[in-house]
Amino acid sequence: MPRDNSIKKVLVIGSGPIVIGQAAEFDYAGTQACRSLKEEGIEVVLLNSNPATIMTDKDIADRVYIEPLTVEVVEQLILKEKPDSVLPTLGGQAGLNLAMELEEAGFLREHHVRLIGTTSETIKKAEDRQEFKDTMEKIGEPVAASKVVTTVQDGVEFTNSIGYPVVLRPAYTLGGSGGGIAQNEFELREILENGLRLSRVGEVLVERCIAGWKEIEYEVMRDSAGNCITVCNMENIDPVGVHTGDSIVVAPSQTLGDKEYQMLRTSALNIITELGITGGCNVQYALNPDSFEYCVIEVNPRVSRSSALASKATGYPIAKVAAKIALGYTLDEIKNAITGKTYASFEPMLDYCVVKIPRLPFDKFISAKRTLTTQMKATGEVMSICNNFEGALMKAIRSLEQHVDSLMSYDFTALSEEELLKQLEVVDDRRIWVIAEAVRKGIPQEKIHEITKIDLWFIDKIAILTEMENALRTQPLTVELLREAKRMEFPDYLIAKLAGKTEEEVKQMRLDAGIVAAYKMVDTCAAEFAAETPYYYSVYGGENEAYETTGKKKVLVLGSGPIRIGQGIEFDFCSVHCTWAFKKEGYETIIINNNPETVSTDFDIADKLYFEPLTPEDVENVVNIEKPDGAVVQFGGQTAIKLTEALIKMGVKILGTSAENVDAAEDRELFDEILEKCQIPRPKGHTVFTAEEAKKAANDLGYPVLVRPSYVLGGQGMQIAINDQDVEEFIGIINRISQEHPILVDKYLMGKEIEVDAVCDGEEILIPGIMEHIERAGIHSGDSISVYPAQTISDTAKKTIEEYTRRLAKSLHVIGMINIQFIVCKEEVYVIEVNPRSSRTVPYISKVTGIPIVPLATKVILGYKLKDLGYQPGLQPEADYFAIKMPVFSFEKIRGADISLGPEMKSTGECLGIASTFNEALYKAFLGAGVRLPKHKNMIITVKDEDKPDVVEIARRFEALGYKIFATRSTAKVLKENGIKVIRTNKLEQPSPNLMDLILGHKIDLIIDTPSQGIEHSKDGFLIRRNAIETGVNVLTSLDTAEALVTSLENTDLHNLTLIDIATIDQR
Amino acid sequence: MKAFLILEDGHVFSGTSIGSTREVISEIVFNTSMTGYLEVMTDPSYAGQAVCMTYPLIGNYGICYEDQESDRPWIDGYIVRELSRIPSNFRSVDTIQHFLEKHDIPGICGIDTRSLTKILREKGTMNGMITVNENYNLDEIIPRLKKYNTGKVVEKVTCREKKVFPGKGPKVALMDFGAKRNIARSLNQRGCEVTVYPALTSAEEILAAKPDGIMLSNGPGDPKECTSIIEELKKLYQSDVPIFAICLGHQLMALATGADTHKMKYGHRGGNHPVKDLRTGRVYISSQNHGYVVDTSTLDEKIARPAFVNVNDQTNEGLEYIGKNIFTVQFHPEACPGPQDSSYLFDRFMEMMGGTK
Repeated sequence: MPRDNSIKKVLVIGSGPIVIGQAAEFDYAGTQACRSLKEEGIEVVLLNSNPATIMTDKDIADRVYIEPLTVEVVEQLILKEKPDSVLPTLGGQAGLNLAMELEEAGFLREHHVRLIGTTSETIKKAEDRQEFKDTMEKIGEPVAASKVVTTVQDGVEFTNSIGYPVVLRPAYTLGGSGGGIAQNEFELREILENGLRLSRVGEVLVERCIAGWKEIEYEVMRDSAGNCITVCNMENIDPVGVHTGDSIVVAPSQTLGDKEYQMLRTSALNIITELGITGGCNVQYALNPDSFEYCVIEVNPRVSRSSALASKATGYPIAKVAAKIALGYTLDEIKNAITGKTYASFEPMLDYCVVKIPRLPFDKFISAKRTLTTQMKATGEVMSICNNFEGALMKAIRSLEQHVDSLMSYDFTALSEEELLKQLEVVDDRRIWVIAEAVRKGIPQEKIHEITKIDLWFIDKIAILTEMENALRTQPLTVELLREAKRMEFPDYLIAKLAGKTEEEVKQMRLDAGIVAAYKMVDTCAAEFAAETPYYYSVYGGENEAYETTGKKKVLVLGSGPIRIGQGIEFDFCSVHCTWAFKKEGYETIIINNNPETVSTDFDIADKLYFEPLTPEDVENVVNIEKPDGAVVQFGGQTAIKLTEALIKMGVKILGTSAENVDAAEDRELFDEILEKCQIPRPKGHTVFTAEEAKKAANDLGYPVLVRPSYVLGGQGMQIAINDQDVEEFIGIINRISQEHPILVDKYLMGKEIEVDAVCDGEEILIPGIMEHIERAGIHSGDSISVYPAQTISDTAKKTIEEYTRRLAKSLHVIGMINIQFIVCKEEVYVIEVNPRSSRTVPYISKVTGIPIVPLATKVILGYKLKDLGYQPGLQPEADYFAIKMPVFSFEKIRGADISLGPEMKSTGECLGIASTFNEALYKAFLGAGVRLPKHKNMIITVKDEDKPDVVEIARRFEALGYKIFATRSTAKVLKENGIKVIRTNKLEQPSPNLMDLILGHKIDLIIDTPSQGIEHSKDGFLIRRNAIETGVNVLTSLDTAEALVTSLENTDLHNLTLIDIATIDQR
Repeated sequence: MKAFLILEDGHVFSGTSIGSTREVISEIVFNTSMTGYLEVMTDPSYAGQAVCMTYPLIGNYGICYEDQESDRPWIDGYIVRELSRIPSNFRSVDTIQHFLEKHDIPGICGIDTRSLTKILREKGTMNGMITVNENYNLDEIIPRLKKYNTGKVVEKVTCREKKVFPGKGPKVALMDFGAKRNIARSLNQRGCEVTVYPALTSAEEILAAKPDGIMLSNGPGDPKECTSIIEELKKLYQSDVPIFAICLGHQLMALATGADTHKMKYGHRGGNHPVKDLRTGRVYISSQNHGYVVDTSTLDEKIARPAFVNVNDQTNEGLEYIGKNIFTVQFHPEACPGPQDSSYLFDRFMEMMGGTK
């Protein structure tokens, strides 16, 4: 069927800020879909509140709105832009929910806008628990015994009838949030109560627990003519019970015979057919490992994280094809872009094995429970490809960048056999390491399987890896042993360590024996047809298919690896734009990255894509083949920067700012020299190595001080200390993670935090704009609300900032990007941090100023001068509107994580509020972040002593808005003394009714709780904050945020928001 | 033990011996199915061929005898990247290593199967040798490889005696040219009484049994080698008994009615081939295993017209015989291994026979 020509203008809804359960995969899907639509001459209107995405770029869509994802905004946008269709299946659950609300309200029909991709009936059939169950029953597809309940009592009664344990799944939530497994009535009540609240429709599915079964997924496509195919199936190594987003996943399935494979495949096709889906769909199964019995766990009638993984694992562009199907094409009319010969109506065949490992944030949330459950906790993931499972697992492990490189990286050697058996029962992110140790200790594989329910095949593969470790340790390193170790992807330095040799020796031995990495192509068809797309992975042993291409100049762009807190999608934005800019300049571009969720690893972004770990050895293997003319490291975050030294050793030219100058910015002494030379003040500080030295430095500077390791990312390990005890504690923590670099102790200055991104061509600089943080210094810049243009600092301060930026950029010989953080204390400007690379704020500031910073920086790297590029050097004129970047957190997903903000970054994503007035921008930013107030107009205030004077005014303003204020004793006293009506409430340890009762009573809109200084946070505060977050109450831990919120609430008469098409912004 | 795969174009792959250490010369083909290795090994259509699996990890779920598509493996040799050290599946009763040894099938593992596949794709299917003799002499071997011909393999794989699968529905005569078990099973499950006849059974004998329908099975080799069978099919064509044919049966019926077949460069072997039903426009993913194809340009438009076409390369995938109750397909609706999407064709055959009785 040819394309439906009545579709001319399509509204695509994105997924909003990155949160756990909804991450970069939707930027990848959305970007691919928008490009696919534009290819067909469709006018694309894009709505997404997330400014860090590539999809919100004017290159991707015709009209771009970075506005809050609310029904009101979409309605207004439809009235303004008058699209004829809405494509809702590419923006994750957020986009789907929005479209459903509009459809249910009749708005779309009324305005003659249709949903394309999939109908609302289909969405309901798949998403509504009861309808889904009925549909499955109708076509004879088994689902686990279950019931949708709307009250806790119903849930208890039903569970009593089917028996514990049960799985609880709230309807319409992200990443299974609010779900879990209940072993008894106490747990059931707890999880159920929470789940009912989180569900958009107040429904939770109580289901027979099939934990321990194999978890298998199928990615299926269907067109409007009814043709269906499966793109890929995937097997979770972790059996049912762990969210698929937190599981180690392998593609294709490894332990299913053809009978099981086809049984589930046929089932998936029957389901997609019955649901009438047109586009992509994900079906999850639980398969009894001891029979052919299976249950359908879940169906997602849209592209998903799994479909992004399946696309990257097979080369089949699911989102692109889904977009074409939405336009009316059938699968046999859509060309397979990889082979260029076959069509989308075929099933990819893999001749390799893919392993995905989730990137979990427990390194950021030290206090959080590491346990993995049906509620997703991972912030990102890595993928690796190899022609054997062992190698794929080894490559995936070292791609994680979590100080792990093998199955020896978490040390459980101290555990006795008995302790190990106990540890095997713990389901957390270190489980494969525990299994490896259990194998080493001789615990029978059968026993390990019995406890973990992980299939023996995978356990045996882990055993093979431990046997190799042992062989390397105990046997002479022969060529044959080395060849086998490399086949399993042991890195040289690890072989060297185990075999008692140096890395150089191992490498030399390897080269002498001709053991080098070969690259194979991901071609969707197991080599049956010649493929055109250079998408490669490495193997040892075999013919190399990647050849050095010549003719054009070549540049290597290093990606930023898995999405983690502190290094998110922003860096993918930068890598992709840098790649495009090089392409435009006639370069051949090569990307190395290992994140399956991102745009940068789409096969048509760079000229060549190497899906590989970002370690020196893996990069060197690519360099040996490609011999690039240079590499850019300044766009790939810390991941890429860390490879600089290794690249220089390989003889690769670093394009842009030189390595020495990158070092100078990080090395305290060199940096101090430069500051002195430039006459730029910085907060006083010292470099120390021991706790004793640190305490001496702190006393010398005067408390409070900032303590942090050098070479860090996202404020990792950074703390504010107010006394000697704090210092001792922090140094202890820092040294726990092996620390070769010194520790910095700085005077902590209470002032306005300012951030600037600039491009420098070696002579001139360009600053698109100055951003000011609402929260004062001490809260990580990534967690602060950022305002452009800066509001509260004087023009003189702005001039000083511009001047300091110029001096710093020039003396660091920056060619390309630089990011500087300042503190403005009174009229004095201090520099606190300089990063001679691209930063988190680059996408945001590019979009709101209309200045394409990354392409500019890329051109500058290539030798252009800013003046030649049509820009006046210096600070650019301020825009006529206000743009506010709001951090978004995923605290409710991480049980046990402390949510109070500090120097260590905790947010997972961001959204934007842009408007012609400051208050509207602020209102939109909060709205975009999901703060929808007021509801009940009740709030709790409990602040530390230092904050008491400042909280009075804020409380007064909330009171004026009609808020009823509850406060604990001392806070209540201060408020009362200042004439504010306040209800005193008991602290936790005091009898009911106390704070906890208030929170659990579900009538509280908001808590302002500023934790006392220092790491020794009161248990009370922690409990209050956790409970509040888990019951969906907004918690603010900084008075500055509270003040911003009240300001925005004072302007809630903003019924008609002004929608700004950022594609029209051009500051030039 | 070391083993070598020597191709007639002079390529030599060195790997490790699996299964029997017997030397074998055969036609080398590749199969892209990711599961179903046992079904592939026991599919009689592979008689006279050594199969290279493009999926690198083979043997993961062991061997479950009830999944065999015939009584024994028919492949001449087996070529894989890696055999799993342990099998893991609740139905597994044997390991693939032992299975190969038991049936004396030589094989090689640890070679770059992707590289081999690319050679076969570029140069076309060719003959090869699997040997453990390290002192092989290419000058001596290559001429032998070039000379090798698969020959009349249908006679090797067909059943010796007629057998009956009782059923209450229509009586189907299944001509066994190397039939996969699931053909009889698919018909039997639909209620048919299936009588399996040896390939060389005369048309008279079959028609004398007054079947409600005739099923022509899949099978190995070059269809043109089956000269006497083709003669019998000409007679069956003249009868008014509904006929459904798969793969080799499809090719033989085309030859019997005057059309021609030719050898494909490297054939279709796998479980992901899209075929379009020209009657409905629907596309189905099919299981395939063939190296020869019906040349549509040689079709007499008064006799037959294409019913299915391969979406990838536009080759013929099925024929409808005009004015006759005859319908044939190149792919495998019986699957095993592979997708079951086209199993509805057995229902269509039931309708041709007048439905379930």
